[in-house]
Amino acid sequence: MFSEFFQFSFSGITLGAIYALVALGFTLIYNASHVINFAQGEFLMIGGMGTVVLMDAGAPIYLAIPGAIVMAGIAGVLLHKLAIAPAKNADVVTLIIITIGASIFLRGLAQIFWGKDYHALPAFSDTESLSVGGAVLLTQSLWILGIATLLVVALGLFFTRTALGKALLATSMNKDAASMVGIKTGAILTLAFGIAALLGAVAGVIVAPITFTAYDIGIMLGLKGFIAAAIGGLGSSTGAILGGLLLGLAEAYTAGYISSDYKDAVPFVLILVILFFLPNGLLGSRAVERV
Amino acid sequence: MATVKTHRKAPGLIALFVILAVAPLLAANAFHYDLMIKICLTAIVAVGLNLLVGYAGQVSLGHAAFYAGGAYASALLTQNYEFAPLPAMLTAAVAVGSLAWLVGRPILHLKGHYLSMATLGLGVIAAIVINNEDQITGGPDGLPVAPLSLFGHELSVFGSYEWFGMTITGTQLWYLLAAGALFLAVWLALNLIDSPLGRALRALHGSEIAAQVAGVDTAKYKLRVFVISAVYASVAGSLYAHYSGFITPDIASFGHSIELITIVVLGGMASTYGVILGAAILLLIPQFLTGFQELEMVLFGAILMAVMIFMPRGLVPTIARRFQKEAA
Repeated sequence: MFSEFFQFSFSGITLGAIYALVALGFTLIYNASHVINFAQGEFLMIGGMGTVVLMDAGAPIYLAIPGAIVMAGIAGVLLHKLAIAPAKNADVVTLIIITIGASIFLRGLAQIFWGKDYHALPAFSDTESLSVGGAVLLTQSLWILGIATLLVVALGLFFTRTALGKALLATSMNKDAASMVGIKTGAILTLAFGIAALLGAVAGVIVAPITFTAYDIGIMLGLKGFIAAAIGGLGSSTGAILGGLLLGLAEAYTAGYISSDYKDAVPFVLILVILFFLPNGLLGSRAVERV
Repeated sequence: MATVKTHRKAPGLIALFVILAVAPLLAANAFHYDLMIKICLTAIVAVGLNLLVGYAGQVSLGHAAFYAGGAYASALLTQNYEFAPLPAMLTAAVAVGSLAWLVGRPILHLKGHYLSMATLGLGVIAAIVINNEDQITGGPDGLPVAPLSLFGHELSVFGSYEWFGMTITGTQLWYLLAAGALFLAVWLALNLIDSPLGRALRALHGSEIAAQVAGVDTAKYKLRVFVISAVYASVAGSLYAHYSGFITPDIASFGHSIELITIVVLGGMASTYGVILGAAILLLIPQFLTGFQELEMVLFGAILMAVMIFMPRGLVPTIARRFQKEAA
């Protein structure tokens, strides 16, 4: 009875940590540029698939992973420089379509150069699982939780303790005011896309030993990250983490206790219910429309 | 004033009529007709969606659900409840419209990305339900649909018909039907845009609060146009189901919703003729790319990005503006 509950909770928190990282990437880009980046999921794909491909080419895992993460970072920077920045005055929907175009483009590239097969990465530790309270705890889950926590703390320090991080915060609060005090907002926006890509890529790598990776995993993971961000309230980092964990747990309990057929519907039902009562998410600020 | 408006509408409608009438001359075989029929049916959805997105400024990322709703309702009503296709289509449209009215009331209060999110959620839920309830919907395997019949005359794509001494194939007849439906859809949309509803929508697109201050009941008008756009999608879906004779959950997928919104943005928001062009282009691109199967996705993504970056208003409004500048 309790072992079951532990089991579902473990997998829920693990998935939740992944969703939280994707949602943080969404939030970062949304705050900096007000763009909803539908290509966010592709960074996870590049992280996972990039590592697989580099390892196939003979690189050891401790080089393949950073290599793949850097690849995703470059993709993020290019996405901003080549696709988002040139269209700066475009409508919100137009920007959404551009990021969708970018995600189809990246998926297409991966399909051509990396193939359509599903791959699994080896787990990071030799011992694959532990027994806790009668439930199986994958050591990879511990890696995921540890790395996700580390990233969140690092990101927090980056925003509060470094000039660059503060410049990013300032840009997201008020772009014009930020550029008036000498912040190069264009470069800062590119940086935001780069960091979001790094976050996504790390999530893609650490989840790959559990869920497999392929050229098309970005769609669903990206959507769920978007939902996690919206549950928490777009623009709130704490909300993104909370939304991610909530989503992961809800999904795991539904799959375990109710029906695994409808597991994928959970995030979408959850977001509808939450938006029905809280139209700006859990922690989102009230939108003010200027006339 | 009224006469001026009719004059403005007439040239566009005449041009559309001529293009739809001339298009069969370009069709060499049944495959071309098939493509043209699909373009017409998709364009009907796009014209309806454009009323919501282009004119009222409310984004929907889940319209494939309404299209699939019409298609599956028509299929199930004709198959299991012995409805004739036409009453089935009407019943489906009423059901889908009522559903849109029910869900629209709460979600249209949401703004911006939260509305996108909610419509996306509804769309994905619909797709998952259709996939999972295989006892009713056939699940991923799909569902066969009876051919269309009008007043006792069956219209099958495989048939051949005598008309005023001419022999006309079922596919050709279907094209006439689809083109006629598209023409009707455009005529209705243009009239709506010129009506008080259309003016209210444009006002709330500019600024919802300003529109409210001016006395526009924005919630009522948003809901109304949401329902209208859902009914457009439902009817097009019903027609598609009878035409293709077989439907799968793919028509409800998130990808299909994205395709629909892409058509609207690509052709040009708030441009009824633009979105028809958008539908034609989006359905034709894959035909030109079939030679490069491997590259299809990459090229499609690149084209989509390039058009939206260089023509953020969409094809038709951008081109129209350029001509106006040259003229001036």
